Amino acid sequence: MKFGVVTFPGSNCDQDIIDVLSKIMGQQVENLWHKNHDLKGVDMVILPGGFSYGDYLRSGAIARFSPVMQEVIQFASKGGYVMGICNGFQILTEAGLVPGALLHNANRKFICRNVYLKPATSHSLITSDLDLNKALKIPIAHGEGNYFARPDVVKEMEDRDQILFRYCDEHGNVTAESNPNGSLANIAGVCNAGRNVFGMMPHPERAADPILANEDGLGIFESILKTALA
Amino acid sequence: MIKHSKIPQKLETNQPASLETAKELGLLPEEFDKIKEILGRTPNFTELSIFSVMWSEHCSYKNSIVWLKTLPKEGPRMLAKAGEENAGLVDLGDGIACCFKIESHNHPSALEPYQGAATGVGGINRDIFTMGARPIAQLNSLRFGDIHQARNQWLLKGVVKGIGDYGNAFGIPTVGGELFFDECYNVNPLVNAMSAGIVNVGETVSATSYGVGNPVYIVGSATGKDGIHGAAFASKDITEDSVNDLPAVQVGDPFQEKLLLEATLEVIKTGAVVGMQDMGAAGIICSNSEMSAKGEHGMRIDLDKVPMRQENMKPFEILLSESQERMLIVVKKGREKEVEAVFEKWDLNCAIIGEVTDTKRLEYYMNSQLVADVPAEDLVLGGGAPVYHREYREPAYYKENLKFNIDQVAEPKDLKSVADHLIAHPNIASKRWVTDQYDSTVGTATMTTNRPCDAAVVSVKGTDKAIALTVDCNSRYVYADPQKGCAIAVAEAARNITCAGGEPVAITNCLNFGNPYVPEVYWQFVGAIKGMSEACTKFQTPVTGGNVSFYNQSSDEGPVFPTPTIGMLGVLDDTKTLMTADFKAEGDLIYLIGESVNDIASSQYLASYHNISASPAPHFDLDKEYAMHQVLKQLIREQLIVSAHDVADGGLYIALLESAMPNQLGFAIESEEGIRKDAFLFGEAQGRVVVSVKPEQQEAFIELMATSETEFSLLGTVTSGDLKVDEEHLGTVKASKSVYQNVLHEILGA
Repeated sequence: MKFGVVTFPGSNCDQDIIDVLSKIMGQQVENLWHKNHDLKGVDMVILPGGFSYGDYLRSGAIARFSPVMQEVIQFASKGGYVMGICNGFQILTEAGLVPGALLHNANRKFICRNVYLKPATSHSLITSDLDLNKALKIPIAHGEGNYFARPDVVKEMEDRDQILFRYCDEHGNVTAESNPNGSLANIAGVCNAGRNVFGMMPHPERAADPILANEDGLGIFESILKTALA
Repeated sequence: MIKHSKIPQKLETNQPASLETAKELGLLPEEFDKIKEILGRTPNFTELSIFSVMWSEHCSYKNSIVWLKTLPKEGPRMLAKAGEENAGLVDLGDGIACCFKIESHNHPSALEPYQGAATGVGGINRDIFTMGARPIAQLNSLRFGDIHQARNQWLLKGVVKGIGDYGNAFGIPTVGGELFFDECYNVNPLVNAMSAGIVNVGETVSATSYGVGNPVYIVGSATGKDGIHGAAFASKDITEDSVNDLPAVQVGDPFQEKLLLEATLEVIKTGAVVGMQDMGAAGIICSNSEMSAKGEHGMRIDLDKVPMRQENMKPFEILLSESQERMLIVVKKGREKEVEAVFEKWDLNCAIIGEVTDTKRLEYYMNSQLVADVPAEDLVLGGGAPVYHREYREPAYYKENLKFNIDQVAEPKDLKSVADHLIAHPNIASKRWVTDQYDSTVGTATMTTNRPCDAAVVSVKGTDKAIALTVDCNSRYVYADPQKGCAIAVAEAARNITCAGGEPVAITNCLNFGNPYVPEVYWQFVGAIKGMSEACTKFQTPVTGGNVSFYNQSSDEGPVFPTPTIGMLGVLDDTKTLMTADFKAEGDLIYLIGESVNDIASSQYLASYHNISASPAPHFDLDKEYAMHQVLKQLIREQLIVSAHDVADGGLYIALLESAMPNQLGFAIESEEGIRKDAFLFGEAQGRVVVSVKPEQQEAFIELMATSETEFSLLGTVTSGDLKVDEEHLGTVKASKSVYQNVLHEILGA
């Protein structure tokens, strides 16, 4: 499978995801520069974490206007697979490719630590191979990860099975205490109605290498490969 | 000798500066005379400003260099020794080198904690990537006054947010650090930032300038009026008026720094770069003079060509500005286009501001008029900058400390109350309130996120190697006895690296002291240097450089504790040798390696439970400590232990608890006869490590230990959660952990 990883000038997780996709998963990866319009014929675009254009205004607010994003938006509208992680998720919401918005964390601080995620559905490319009863330990690292959407939008998303991950405790219980950033309904990841655009705040690429003593994130990449290549 | 200088017409018409102006800029009368001698005339204001910043303590090390030169710098792994480059460069083997350094940003942080700390992070990272190394890990060492005072909480919150916002956006993980509170830091907090980067041997860039006619570029952010005289400001005591120096604090932009990092590393690959240096303290003048002096050339610079943030900046302001995220690059003539294309790609300013000359002088023009003309060599450390031998005198308190006798301290009957006190003390408790605000996992190389460990271990991608990093200094010990205390700081750092399964290879230091003109303060400085020399020689960890920060002292409250922070680099040739600090399973045997001593001197227990501050440094035997580390390495290599954690602040009890908490385990131990129980549990005698051993390996463990000179004793066993000493129940891991984890949250809020 051929992945395209976008590098915005302030991306800082682009190399991490490239490493996982190429070295751990053994896939072909193209680097997509933010100033270019060429998606190089990739099967799936990844928007990595970081601070796209400094993000002093609102995370992702400028990135959505970048040349490469015009192509990504086109690509997604034709059903192409797009996944945004952390800053990538923020950019997807700014671009309107997935519903909702990511507000400042409830405690107004940047938070970096391991959290637990409960996959909410198997009915998506990135969760298809996950055990719905197993909590995944995955790190977060963000200042603006507090997911918000209007109640009617959330209702609609729930009805359409668009919630992909919820923050939970290590046993998989979705509780207020296990919500690190104030996200509505503990939402950590979602997809669009067309089920081809995926956004999540936690970083599965930071939990996919034995050297890190945590490979809970691998299942997400394995899901992508199994389903897309099926 | 009077050096001849062409005295251009325009300069003659510039008003010669007076001695009063020189004094206002922080120069001494004899320094003013020396400047006149060097120039062969009276300097104008711009030139005087140049000398004032370059000869400030911050840039010239004039009051410390005599002693810094006595530190051990040699070692088989040294690729760039202290003082030779922007940061030390250490050979890790297989063609890989590590570039690392620590630096202070104390004075700016005392006034504007957020920007002060943020720009400290920016500055130290530039020191690493200006040499061509990609930073892979950051650490910091922070000290504040009483945490219960509102101002100190404001400082702490600002500093942590500043470090986080800058480092997180820059995108390099913050993997370790220390945080310590004591009233001596009420006015002067200490903010020391460290960075380590990786580069292929032979692919580094030097801070030099040569090749007549080669263009001189300034790249990165535009130059503004921020930070002017910042270097001079850092060389003064903090007073109430210091708040009027606010424009002397710079403002950071981590996004620009990220762009500068990528562009800089990319431009080095073109092979068109002759030399490069970042713009840190004293801005353009500092990089111009240091690079020119090193390359034994001169520069002709047109200051009006510098991209500026604001109009009507004066020549001295452009020269001295400490605007962040800028680099000076000397490029091979004819290869300008390649260089400019890289900066164009990253949307950064890139302007030719002058060229290299053979005059060895720095000639500055503004709108084609010569505004300053100074010899490069005379400005810099090791050249013409002044060097002073300062007077030092043993302070009265030192002898008082030695009178301390443990028998004068009543042994508490209730050991649980001591344990509870220590667990809830901000100096002991979890620092997660702070560390959760730093991105520690970006880069996917931090091996210690999911493995509790005495040092931060970061894998070097593309190799089997990892680097181990730690920052250490118990300043209470250094105050009690500077020489011994600083040797302990080095030993503790080496112990942490060794417990992590690494081999200590080199150190960087950040020497935070009071006013060097106070003989008692300078005595602390001299003692610390001697202790560092002894210990670094013993551990074969040369000093690769660092930074001196004097004047951490207020007019009312006196100097801070002498705080020579040690940043140590270790290497793991194989990531598989990593050793963790956490107990693994109930029933494993707990051993103490090293000797139990009837000592509570300078412990957290003595300082905060008994409120006794006059005592010597804790027990420390450098030779035994070194021998213990060698045994520990062997135990790790032969896989005879499953955890190793050093006994440090809070003593043995806290070390045991810290090993127990990660996996929700406990311990049941027996104390040692002939040693007071409080000393056994809470004393901070050095040279000790708690290890755990699988029962089936006990025999092999004992066999190995018996062949060594190092003392060891069986403490007890790992339990399922009870914390017991001599059958006395001191708590459960669950209860202790819930206190330990939330002490800072209780004080500082969510």
